[in-house]
Amino acid sequence: MDNTALNIVVLVKYVPDAQFDRHLSGPGHALDRNESILSELDEYALEAALAVAESRGGAKAGNQVTALTMGPASAAAAVKKSLQMGATAGVHVCDDALAGSDASATSLVLAAAIGSLAPVDLVVTGMASTDGETSIVPAQLAARLGLPQVTFASSVQVDGTTVTARRDGDETTEDIEASLPALISVTDQANEPRYPNFKGIIAAKKKKVTTLSLADLGVAASDVGASGSLTRVTDAAPRPPRTAGTIITDSGDAGIALVDFLAGQKLL
Amino acid sequence: MTSIVVFIDRTESIASSAALGTVTAQLLTLARTAGEPVAVVAGPADAGLVEALGGYGVTRVLHSEQAELADYLVAPMADLVAQAAVEVGASAVLVDNGAQGKEIAARVGVALNAGVITDAVGVENDGGTLVAHKSVLAGSYTVSARAVSDIAVISVKAHSIEAAPAPDPTTPGVEALEVAFVPASLGARVVKRTPRPATGRPELENARIVVSGGRGVDGDFGPIEELADALGAAVGASRAATDAGWIPHTFQVGQTGKTVSPELYISAGISGAIQQKAGMQTAKVIVAVNKDADSPIFEIADFGIVGDLFDVLPQAAAEIRKRRG
Ligand SMILES: Cc1cc2nc3c(=O)[nH]c(=O)nc-3n(C[C@H](O)[C@H](O)[C@H](O)COP(=O)(O)OP(=O)(O)OC[C@H]3O[C@@H](n4cnc5c(N)ncnc54)[C@H](O)[C@@H]3O)c2cc1C
Ligand SMILES: Nc1ncnc2c1ncn2[C@@H]1O[C@H](COP(=O)(O)O)[C@@H](O)[C@H]1O
Repeated sequence: MDNTALNIVVLVKYVPDAQFDRHLSGPGHALDRNESILSELDEYALEAALAVAESRGGAKAGNQVTALTMGPASAAAAVKKSLQMGATAGVHVCDDALAGSDASATSLVLAAAIGSLAPVDLVVTGMASTDGETSIVPAQLAARLGLPQVTFASSVQVDGTTVTARRDGDETTEDIEASLPALISVTDQANEPRYPNFKGIIAAKKKKVTTLSLADLGVAASDVGASGSLTRVTDAAPRPPRTAGTIITDSGDAGIALVDFLAGQKLL
Repeated sequence: MTSIVVFIDRTESIASSAALGTVTAQLLTLARTAGEPVAVVAGPADAGLVEALGGYGVTRVLHSEQAELADYLVAPMADLVAQAAVEVGASAVLVDNGAQGKEIAARVGVALNAGVITDAVGVENDGGTLVAHKSVLAGSYTVSARAVSDIAVISVKAHSIEAAPAPDPTTPGVEALEVAFVPASLGARVVKRTPRPATGRPELENARIVVSGGRGVDGDFGPIEELADALGAAVGASRAATDAGWIPHTFQVGQTGKTVSPELYISAGISGAIQQKAGMQTAKVIVAVNKDADSPIFEIADFGIVGDLFDVLPQAAAEIRKRRG
């Protein structure tokens, strides 16, 4: 089969680091975006995209891996890390009007951005963003772009123009096949993401990052952001943090104490 | 009254022909609180199913047995649901919150220009608008959300409502729907399905009690399974345990595994990383067994035991069996 060079777009989201406390605030209950990082789950997407490109000779053979993010100015850091890991170019969609976009608005903008990079052979995304966690952007993108949807892949191969993937469901494992161009989303089972190395960090400095506004994409500001989104968060309340309860140290009969506790809670 | 579409997948021999799935019964009960429940079925609408749907007050059943629904991933089912929702003039579409259900919701949202809300743990009817409640940011916030579009698409987690049959059963009208599939929907072909062997234990996401093991089990899930069986519980695991291959990935609890909210979660040999907590910290009661007193899991445990799981779990299991006689 002919393994010609591919134009691959990988979606990378800039998300608040889950290691720190995360907060919703303001009238739209928006997420505070300081202390953010490239979503860990998108590292698997990037690794999958780089592996496909490398299987066909990498950048030298003309394979493009463009890291695409939509987010505030600081989201450029997600693109930068992607370039350090090996992406060949970056695109950052940044516009004040985007703040508060829900999944539908996000997929609308990302679809327009991917359209601007046409012809694209393969779109790779993570299985979920670690902040929104909806897992719906990939399916919506496939629908909007008219691409075969190969999602939640726990393993994926691209050979010639054929994509094969495994999708692990609760009741069954499905083997999926599609032809390029296609969209895939990968799970954290799909691979082991690489770390940026020194060479990658140096090389990234010379790579091109294009920043696009809504006007550049021809998307109306009224269709995106908090006001253009089709959903509203009307209320948000922090859950009272869990507090530690009784802690005992086993001195031979902790199993019995455990059963006593369960009986006391009427859980037996 | 407005129509509320509930999607039901019967393409595979998922359930016996008469019974409704637990989640389906819950979604139909939910739909009744907000309008007239309409069932949209991928696959056959046999007499047993139709009667069961009538028991939950369904007035109309729209179904399609077109082969494409099972031959291709997700997209054809979304086409069916979107087309049916338009046909009946639905004000809302409810689907289950599995990977397939969420993705159907996603695509129906695009097709109908409708707002999509996933992971609902409760849905209320607020004067004709459905308000969904969900837990976000690894369980640290509870939010309410609603669609501002003509149609709301909501994927709902199991046990968001208690299933209740309709006071007066109905005799639903059954209509076959010929779905006009979008050409691009027939792009990702399912070439093979391999069923998973059943474990005989309760399903992780539906279970009242979950007993989970982590790296601390060191390859041996025996003590976890023994306690789970004494309690009639489901078995779960941390990613360290599934990555090690000690137990299949489908048992993983956490950010990239299952999110569970059981009445009781027993965590054994798990340190309590943020990604693990994301999947279990909304449990009503948390019990932790860990050798290391400084383990972060103890910060969220209602009852913690600093000890060796290989001593504590078998002793507890034996004691439960003894008390039950
Ligand atoms: C993108 C991403 C997604 C992730 N998703 C998930 C997820 O969905 N779910 C998940 O669980 N993790 C997830 N992780 C991994 C997570 O960060 C932790 O690495 C993992 O949860 C650790 O598993 P563990 O607690 O079993 O292992 P460890 O952290 O190694 O802890 C083992 C614990 O067992 C205790 N122990 C050892 N022996 C015994 C004994 N005999 N008796 C009692 N206690 C004993 C030790 O004291 C220790 O606390 C994810 C990570 C990333 C980067
Ligand atoms: N703002 C964004 N910028 C880039 N990629 C995104 C964005 N939002 C979502 N994605 C991609 O879509 C995947 C699923 O996100 P979600 O549907 O929000 O859970 C993520 O893993 C990303 O790959």
